[in-house]
Amino acid sequence: MAILEVKDIRKSFGKTQVLRDISFSLERGQVVSIIGSSGSGKTTLLRCLNFLERPDGGSIAVNGETLFDAADPATQREAEIRRKRLHFGLVFQSFNLFPQYTALENVTLAGKLLAREDPDYKARKKELFGRIEAEARQLLGQMGLSDRMDNYPHQLSGGQQQRVAIARALALRPDILCFDEPTSALDPELTQEVLRVIRQLAQRQTTMIIVTHEMAFARDVSSHVIFMDGGVVVESGDPEQVIGAPTQERTRRFLDSYNQN
Amino acid sequence: MQLMLQQFPIVVHALNVGFLQTLKLFLVTGLGAIPLGLVIAFGSMSRFKPLSLFTRLVVWIVRGTPLMIQLLIIYYFPGMVLGHNVWGSGETGRFLASAIAFIFNYACYFSEIYRGGIQSVPVGQQEAGLVLGMTKGQIFYKVTLLQVIKRIVPPMSNEIITLVKDTALARIIALQEIIWAGQSFLKGSHGIAGALWPLFFTAVYYLIFNGIVTVALGRLEKRLDYFR
Ligand SMILES: Nc1ncnc2c1ncn2[C@@H]1O[C@H](COP(=O)(O)OP(=O)(O)OP(=O)(O)O)[C@@H](O)[C@H]1O
Ligand SMILES: [Mg+2]
Repeated sequence: MAILEVKDIRKSFGKTQVLRDISFSLERGQVVSIIGSSGSGKTTLLRCLNFLERPDGGSIAVNGETLFDAADPATQREAEIRRKRLHFGLVFQSFNLFPQYTALENVTLAGKLLAREDPDYKARKKELFGRIEAEARQLLGQMGLSDRMDNYPHQLSGGQQQRVAIARALALRPDILCFDEPTSALDPELTQEVLRVIRQLAQRQTTMIIVTHEMAFARDVSSHVIFMDGGVVVESGDPEQVIGAPTQERTRRFLDSYNQN
Repeated sequence: MQLMLQQFPIVVHALNVGFLQTLKLFLVTGLGAIPLGLVIAFGSMSRFKPLSLFTRLVVWIVRGTPLMIQLLIIYYFPGMVLGHNVWGSGETGRFLASAIAFIFNYACYFSEIYRGGIQSVPVGQQEAGLVLGMTKGQIFYKVTLLQVIKRIVPPMSNEIITLVKDTALARIIALQEIIWAGQSFLKGSHGIAGALWPLFFTAVYYLIFNGIVTVALGRLEKRLDYFR
């Protein structure tokens, strides 16, 4: 069974239709890259998956459970959205770390707040927090930040900040981790260090959706590439095919604009 | 000079008593207006249009008219309508009326500072919190609030220093604060009359107190320097 099933997602802002019947599915451990020119709706799609935008039509199912169905109001209750979000993680282009917390605190904050909902939080607080912190340290270590845990975001480079943000998202063990142009705010050197950790995650079978402009990276990290234009999926499939030998004129034109630089 | 030295202990004692009232008004206003300002700020940012429009109208009126007039209205207007002074005739009533006028006036000023502070926190902060499964309340208390505080400390410091001096306006309804105490030596009080210097001397109290306030707020600003 697919871990994620997205069907006919539609979204408009006022009169502009930004997503038109987007459908795709994803298997556990797969990596999907979404490519496409500016304004094609990539960010909007990720925001819909993370319930930051509400689609006007379509459905989203994770592990066979329908999290959202535009036709079924029972799936849209405000009170349940917060929990549903936890199936997804989102790494932003601009990191959005919390400036007043250290790297470690950024990674542990949400987990500690969620632990409060544990039925015997009071009795087990120490144990729960201990585990959350141990996991956070381990994740930051995995991101190559063992010696940066107690630094505040402004004391870190962009690449380091983005790696903290990745650890922060992973700490809640999402089923699917989404990246929205994770390296677009970084210079080439820092881009590579972030791409390296995403590659590691792919090797560990982390299910991911990556919106990116790094074509070479998308080509070798993904199991699947989706090319979007004007709010529709123009072409999708094997990375070697979509990026290496696109069948659609629009895809070719888009990729050509990359090869020129 | 000789005379002034003789008058000095008497005057200082009277000014101390007046200053205590000034201090009380300052503290009560601060304690009331700081939280009330937040309520007003939320009102003015409400997505329920009638509420936000009404709140902004009230804030506009309060900020657009002199505090002195507001004091007079709050103290005398109920009496004009009801035919008797609701505040009672004593110092307690005058203090109560002053406190209400000051709290409301300053809460309106603070609310605008809060609103600016809250709106200056990037939406990405809130979205990051949402995506991590935090509630709106958790995001406000754990993520946004401290960033807002950091941003509003400098403008709030300005307002608070102004407040220290503005307490003198309560003199208009004869609250017995330090200006009232200093002025009493003009007409005659404690056996001293026609002395202007006590009134001038009140400035020293304001200056010293504002010095203390400035240092305290400067420390708070420093303490929030650890993040950006
Ligand atoms: N909140 C919004 N209100 C109105 N229009 C919006 C909003 N968000 C996005 N749009 C519009 O939707 C379209 C798609 O935007 P989106 O950000 O999803 O594109 P994108 O593919 O992520 O582009 P980029 O590569 O530049 O990040 C754009 O035309 C944009 O102007
Ligand atoms: Mg985008």
